[in-house]
Amino acid sequence: MFSYIIKRIVSLIPTLLVVSVAVFLITYLMPGGPATAMLGMEATKEELDALNEALGFNRPFLVQYFEWLGKMLKGDWGESLFLQQSVLSAIGQYFLPTLSLALLAELFALVFAIPFGILAAYKRGTTVDLALVTSTLFGIAVPGFLLGMFFMLFFGVKLQWLPVAGYVPLKDGLWNHLRYLILPALSLSTVQAALITRMTRSAVIDVLYLNYIRTARSKGLKERTVLLVHALKNAAPSVLTVVGQSFGTLITGAIVTETLFNIPGIGLLTINAINRRDIYVIQGVVLFVTLLYVGVNLTVDILYGIVDPRIQLGKK
Amino acid sequence: METNNKPLLEMENFHIYFRDRKKRLPAVSGVNMTIHPGEIVGVVGESGSGKSVMSQSILRLREHEADVEYEGSVVFEGQEILKLPLAQMQSIRGNRISVIFQDPLTSLNPVLTVGKQMEEVLILHKKMSRQDARARSTELLRLTGVPYPERCVRQYPYELSGGMQQRVMISMALACEPSLLIADEPTTALDVTIQNQILRLLSELNQKLGMAILLITHDLSVMAQICHSVRVMYLGQIVEEAKTEELFDNPMHPYTQGLLDCIPHLDVDREKPLHVITGTVPPLSQIPVGCHFCTRCPYATEQCRKNEPPAVEISPGHRVKCWNPRMGNEKKREENAI
Amino acid sequence: MTEEKKQAAAKEQSQAILEEQRRLRKEKFLSNPALIIGLVGMVIIVLAALILPAVSSVDPNEMKVLDRLKPPGAEHIFGTDEFGRDLFIRVMHGARVSICVGGAVTIFSSILGTMIGIYASYFKILDNILMRICDGLIAIPGVLLAVALMAALGASIWNVILALTVVYTPSIARVVRAGALVAREQVYVEAAKIQGASDFRILWKIILPSVVSSLTVQASFIFAQAIISEASLSFLGVGIPAPAASWGNILQASKQVLSKAPWTAIFPGAFVIISVLSLNLLGDGLRDFLDPRVKGGRKG
Repeated sequence: MFSYIIKRIVSLIPTLLVVSVAVFLITYLMPGGPATAMLGMEATKEELDALNEALGFNRPFLVQYFEWLGKMLKGDWGESLFLQQSVLSAIGQYFLPTLSLALLAELFALVFAIPFGILAAYKRGTTVDLALVTSTLFGIAVPGFLLGMFFMLFFGVKLQWLPVAGYVPLKDGLWNHLRYLILPALSLSTVQAALITRMTRSAVIDVLYLNYIRTARSKGLKERTVLLVHALKNAAPSVLTVVGQSFGTLITGAIVTETLFNIPGIGLLTINAINRRDIYVIQGVVLFVTLLYVGVNLTVDILYGIVDPRIQLGKK
Repeated sequence: METNNKPLLEMENFHIYFRDRKKRLPAVSGVNMTIHPGEIVGVVGESGSGKSVMSQSILRLREHEADVEYEGSVVFEGQEILKLPLAQMQSIRGNRISVIFQDPLTSLNPVLTVGKQMEEVLILHKKMSRQDARARSTELLRLTGVPYPERCVRQYPYELSGGMQQRVMISMALACEPSLLIADEPTTALDVTIQNQILRLLSELNQKLGMAILLITHDLSVMAQICHSVRVMYLGQIVEEAKTEELFDNPMHPYTQGLLDCIPHLDVDREKPLHVITGTVPPLSQIPVGCHFCTRCPYATEQCRKNEPPAVEISPGHRVKCWNPRMGNEKKREENAI
Repeated sequence: MTEEKKQAAAKEQSQAILEEQRRLRKEKFLSNPALIIGLVGMVIIVLAALILPAVSSVDPNEMKVLDRLKPPGAEHIFGTDEFGRDLFIRVMHGARVSICVGGAVTIFSSILGTMIGIYASYFKILDNILMRICDGLIAIPGVLLAVALMAALGASIWNVILALTVVYTPSIARVVRAGALVAREQVYVEAAKIQGASDFRILWKIILPSVVSSLTVQASFIFAQAIISEASLSFLGVGIPAPAASWGNILQASKQVLSKAPWTAIFPGAFVIISVLSLNLLGDGLRDFLDPRVKGGRKG
């Protein structure tokens, strides 16, 4: 098991190197480069040249890249040009609301998707299945922000059940905290719920007609045991994959949702940074979210090895 | 073997239909079969003959996977199985009747240990504790000749050889000491040497535990080794049934004769081509009128193509569903005489 | 004589086979509701986007202060926005932008992705390099990468296309490579090699056709994704610059007046949903239609 985990981590190194180059390129390729971002569009050519010289932006690409990479690895992600704090501390400050939102959305997605996916697979070909599959088609087609707008309008303005926008931190009470997150989380989770439902359905269908399921039934096991123990455990790897992938989409989806619902999370941080051309913050956010995403998928990979013992041996 | 005691399983005019969209396909049409306690009954036929569907339908396993309809009756230990509610059916499955399938690797759950898969039967039907179930599983594995059963229960199916996997399947099937074991092509996926070991094991268990076995196979030589009596199936019908020796010595139905001729013999002339039954089993949607075998039978007459033959008892316990049963035999005798 | 007759018979037979194939394909098409609905939906939207803005004399950017936030009615069938602009014509112009951006992204990423995927499948060293790059790009969540690229490049329609092409090319490359890897193991590729076909010929004449069907399916999903992404970017204010009508822009503007004038969100929203739904159905339908294992009328 241990060597399996190590192998997984080592195999990520090239991916992360590519990510780092891509993230570095974002600043490097910016028209006018970082100096323009710092000084603004009105800066004269002399001022720009002076700053480029001072900060070393006119050195060769590789030199700059490796210097940057070294700094990043040491935990120096640069200073925000506007927030009077380091990029990492800004991310730390804005991350909690996003994490809360993403986790709640993931929870909503799973609570709907797993049971409905299993149900659709079990009732395959019936009206129940057709209804569920059709709703997932709609779920996938509706952008989160659009749904968010209608939730705002309906539950917030018309029915006034939940606050329209804003955010209350966890320390002001769990319910208060959640109350503000329910609508954004719901709108964020719909697409993922639909995707996970579809994946669960097809993964369960893939195993439901296999010989060992027939064996399980031939032993007299209840349908519930057949489905939840014998089928689901085999379908779990494919379901886990989408769940892992969905987490990345949720965090980025949060950027749009947070802007809509005015939640002070990573998304708002990013949008503000874009409007102010606060390039190091943008860079930092992309890197941070990507690392998080890669970390989640690594965890999923490791979970595979636990769920399906064949994977560790590379037999599957 | 006693034959005058009460039958364990009685099938009467058993029909099984698959519904596919608007069509209704007969997989099994009017099978009569009786199995007595302790008897080993063989069912032989090509793939598509309906033998697997019939055997699995005793436990009504197919209705979970397809739209199935039954007609007729199947009585097991005095209970009409076809009308039982699912919960009661489940209390028979794995408990009073067990099944072992063709391909042991795919028939065992790949992500659960052997122990876990065996224990769940014991915990379910025998209300055993997990420890007792584990101890009993080990014991059962030892009974079926698995070396190191203590290690085996902790292993996953893919870590075992094919023969061992089938022994695990058999141990699992024996867990609740069923009165009937359905063995659906239990040796087809195995090497010949392992095949013989498994067959010997089944035969031993039959003698030791007095458990009846319904053995499904397409291989007549497997039948000959352990079965007391044999049913030959073709396109959903039993075309001939007899005691094993009687069937091999005196096959009446052209199909049975054809199957027997397909077995290569070392003593005959090698230059002579191996006999084959011409044609293939027609699909269920194209079952011929009259005798089901008429499209492939070398002796088919006008009558065969028009009317379905009745099952006739030729000698005690030997029934054949054919208009001209002796035809093949006579022809053969002629050939041999020349 | 007899030779001629034989040839005629053979010709007739092949004709019959072709006809039978055509009939089967037609049957398979007609028994595939997803494909038909998706196709019809897309055709309607594309036609509307092409024709309506061209024949209409209404200027999508013309502001009429007196007509502010008019609900849907005879004069303005979708109503007007907060500047008194006619929403119907704006949504149609938006359709043009969304279809163009989505289409361009799909075409560019398909071309790039196909080249990467095919070469990667064929040359081992290239495979390692290209696929690591793709893995790296896929590891960065798509919308985030697009947002960051837009931040660096600045808001413009071409930059949206560029950014989204960067985001979606790797997934096309993956699909093409997977298909090409299967194809190159086939006997006919081996046969072509033995006959001395050049690498170029093998790649583009023999392997490419065998990946076209999975590419088409993936492309229709990418098209749908690109439409959603474009709308999201514009909604965030980093996509198509403001006065131009795109579905994302119209929705962003409607955010401010949502409770007073919900129609400003409903119509562009409905168009986003219908077009994405149609494209997804088209993809699902194509997958079944192009899969030789799926027979007419039955779904796997």
